[in-house]
Amino acid sequence: MTPALPATLPGCSDAPVLRERGQREVFCGLTGIIWLHRKVQDAFFLVVGSRTCAHLLQSAAGVMVFAEPRFGTAIIEERDLAGMADCNEELDRVVDRLLARRPDIKLLFLVGSCPSEVIKLDLSRAAARLSVKHAGSTKILNYSGSGIETTFTEGEDACLAALVPDLAADTSDQPSLMLVGALPDVVEDQFLRIFAELGIARVHSFPARRSGAMPPVGPNTRFLLAQPFLGETARTLESRGATRLDALFPFGAEGTTSWLHAAAQAFGIDEMHFRRVIAPGRERAKRAIAHSRTRLEGKRVTFLPDSQLEIPLARFLATELGMQPVEVGTPYLHRRHLAQELALLPRDTLISEGQDVDLQLDRVRAARPDLTVCGLGLANPLEAEGLTTKWAIELVFSPIHGFDQAGDLAELFARPLRRRDVLRV
Amino acid sequence: MQLTVWTYEGPPHVGAMRIATAMEGVHYVLHAPQGDTYADLLFTMIERRSKRPPVTYTTFQARDLGKDTAELFQKAARDAYARFAPQAMLVGASCTAELIQDDPAGLAEAMQLPCPVVALELPSYQRKENWGAAETFYHLVRTMCQGVTPAPRGERARPSANLLGPTALGFRHRDDVIEITRLLDSLGIAVNVTAPLGATPADLARLGDADFNICLYPEIADTTCRWLERQYGQQTVRTVPIGHGATRDFIAEVAALAGVDPAAVLDTSNLPWWSRSVDSTYLTGKRVFIFGDATHAIAAARVAREELGFEVVGLGCYNREFARDLREAAKLYGVEPLITDDYLEVEDAIQALQPELVLGTQMERHIAKRLRIPCAVISAPVHVQDFPARYSPQMGFEGANVLFDTWVHPLVMGLEEHLLTMFRDDFEFSDSAGASHLGHGSAVASQPQPAAEPVAATPAELIAGWSAEAEKELLKIPFFVRGKARRNTERYATELGIAAITLETLYDAKAHYAR
Repeated sequence: MTPALPATLPGCSDAPVLRERGQREVFCGLTGIIWLHRKVQDAFFLVVGSRTCAHLLQSAAGVMVFAEPRFGTAIIEERDLAGMADCNEELDRVVDRLLARRPDIKLLFLVGSCPSEVIKLDLSRAAARLSVKHAGSTKILNYSGSGIETTFTEGEDACLAALVPDLAADTSDQPSLMLVGALPDVVEDQFLRIFAELGIARVHSFPARRSGAMPPVGPNTRFLLAQPFLGETARTLESRGATRLDALFPFGAEGTTSWLHAAAQAFGIDEMHFRRVIAPGRERAKRAIAHSRTRLEGKRVTFLPDSQLEIPLARFLATELGMQPVEVGTPYLHRRHLAQELALLPRDTLISEGQDVDLQLDRVRAARPDLTVCGLGLANPLEAEGLTTKWAIELVFSPIHGFDQAGDLAELFARPLRRRDVLRV
Repeated sequence: MQLTVWTYEGPPHVGAMRIATAMEGVHYVLHAPQGDTYADLLFTMIERRSKRPPVTYTTFQARDLGKDTAELFQKAARDAYARFAPQAMLVGASCTAELIQDDPAGLAEAMQLPCPVVALELPSYQRKENWGAAETFYHLVRTMCQGVTPAPRGERARPSANLLGPTALGFRHRDDVIEITRLLDSLGIAVNVTAPLGATPADLARLGDADFNICLYPEIADTTCRWLERQYGQQTVRTVPIGHGATRDFIAEVAALAGVDPAAVLDTSNLPWWSRSVDSTYLTGKRVFIFGDATHAIAAARVAREELGFEVVGLGCYNREFARDLREAAKLYGVEPLITDDYLEVEDAIQALQPELVLGTQMERHIAKRLRIPCAVISAPVHVQDFPARYSPQMGFEGANVLFDTWVHPLVMGLEEHLLTMFRDDFEFSDSAGASHLGHGSAVASQPQPAAEPVAATPAELIAGWSAEAEKELLKIPFFVRGKARRNTERYATELGIAAITLETLYDAKAHYAR
């Protein structure tokens, strides 16, 4: 079944992209640790970095995660830099202490940061060395979440890509389906139920909730990206023979339908059966979205670059809620993975990649959209200028995928406008 | 390398941001990788500021490193000057830029910007946020005062003082400044300049016009005050007016320096009577643990003991720069000073001491919540709920009122405490109900009741085991003192070499520790 898409939209497939290079008001890839450390329940994320890294993690968490968090920072100090201490010995000491305190940790990520990258501390060698030392109890991997290499959600991409070489080879001759991207458990369970109902037998989530349960991969693996920011992960999975299923991302009734449909087609599921299985969820999603449509229809929205979710979300708002995207900014535009999404954006949408925040804010002030989706550093200042905003980070921290979250997703955009209308102060 | 989960202080460039953001007409060009912009949200979200911090980040990326990051810095500085036209500019590097050694100071100097430029050297791998703030303020003041000759003193009708130290993201700085300005006004003393909060660089150039300086927050302003003493011969008021007694001392010190009569403004706080009134009797000897920045922790300890009648059982601070002051204070209370920036160490100390009230930062609030101990926040770092809409100073007489209310509020109230003790079996007095005036929101998640079986004694620690009967009796003791009762009983048993704690041991210990 092809989703009911407005065929009249010429789309932004070939639209020019405004590329800017100036101050980027974005998080670095370390921020992903805030949700990743809750997803994989026996994993620990050890950032090898500076006090700034530690401060970022506790500030970005907003409300601090005070149930003993499974992350920490090994703060590089003057004596490490001055060569008075050997960085590798220091790191070994910190890891030994950490694992002694937390014997329950089965997977440890050494996470590179800007300072560790600049001083060229080789964390892959450190991980290999420590893996030998702690063999049998803890697996140790590394990736970089540094700001010089990754923007916000690219941290998750780097983390998952680091896991791929370690995945077992799938030797089964049956095709299997892999859902790629850290989803909230409740959403993951919903998808797994739908795939089971569709009759797809072998379905795995990546990452799994426990490090010992990571899925196997091989030429019979078909995978669906649940998030638009997993370019490197997709590339590494493909290099192990897996095939990406191209679809819209699972936001809203149409996006979710397209996403599930790609899997159904790849697994030869009967079209009538597919429709029957998804009909109730699809109808629920449409009903739930309708509540917000009256408030959002015809409203103009600008996205500032944040999580790479911008383009799929703008598509959802445009096609299912009747909003008009003014500018859709993204930190990085992955044209191939987003091809279907771009085709559905109204042609007059300005797509921008990268950022020069002052220039971009000038455009926002000139266009005065009804809603500006932006990061935490910018939201209150824009509100004070009379512009209604939605914090982008909430879109990363809330369950928004799938049929049963479509209404919540629409509500996230509708709430700031409703609040603006309700307040008399 | 140091393993850290939560930090009390950010890096020193965040301290510099607190100065720049507090002021008007200052812009800070920070050589930093993308991602370091997270610091903006400290001000716009946690403090709810309505303006972006006046900071331009160069946000270099890996691909820039091979090319010319220095050029990137100069472009950022040029653009920032053109757009914001500041009176003065700060330039510096964050931790990563410090490693690539682009020398923002030299680059900025070569640009010959048409405003004073202060180059900050803030070693990120040695120093922290408060130090960075103090250093930034000091260098900015020095730069702006260069070549300025102050107006002759003593020719004005009113004596005047500078209020130094309040910053952006400070704990109640906004309200403390209002309170102290009012207090000075009623003494007939004018405030010449309040800085950095609300000041422009031009205002800093007028600092020398004041008769004396008031160092409200030593963590931020001490370095600057010392320099002003040397530069302009201005004396410094160093009493920090937190609490009733300290406010009186502060007034006396200010009045003596300004040559005014302090009598009119003394005794205007409700704290003394609120504390002497009989309802407060139950506060007597409450065991309190105090941790924060040194200035707030030391001030809180005095208020706790002298003005509320608490017993200070623990005192500590996270800023080593003021460790000496804290050690001195700890001697007064006969406690071991705890000087650490490792929150796990603080948690261990609280757990071991089992205080009845914790006064601390947002970290201690979380620790106390987990250990089910009442807590009030007295010091930065703080979270969004500690920037209240209402007027809520910590300093001056109104500040003393605020301290009384906020510290007493988390405790179970006087007669209720007795009723809880007398009628333990009342089903509505369950542990999980919490104090009645705190509503259901404060009710702590009911934890599984400790097993009534005796705990096996571990020979290594020589802690006596509990008999079933004694363990059951222990559960009849209200939750907010149970930890202390358990600890006292175990200590008593250990000291006397008692292997198994019986009902008798429990009550013997109670008699032994009766106060």
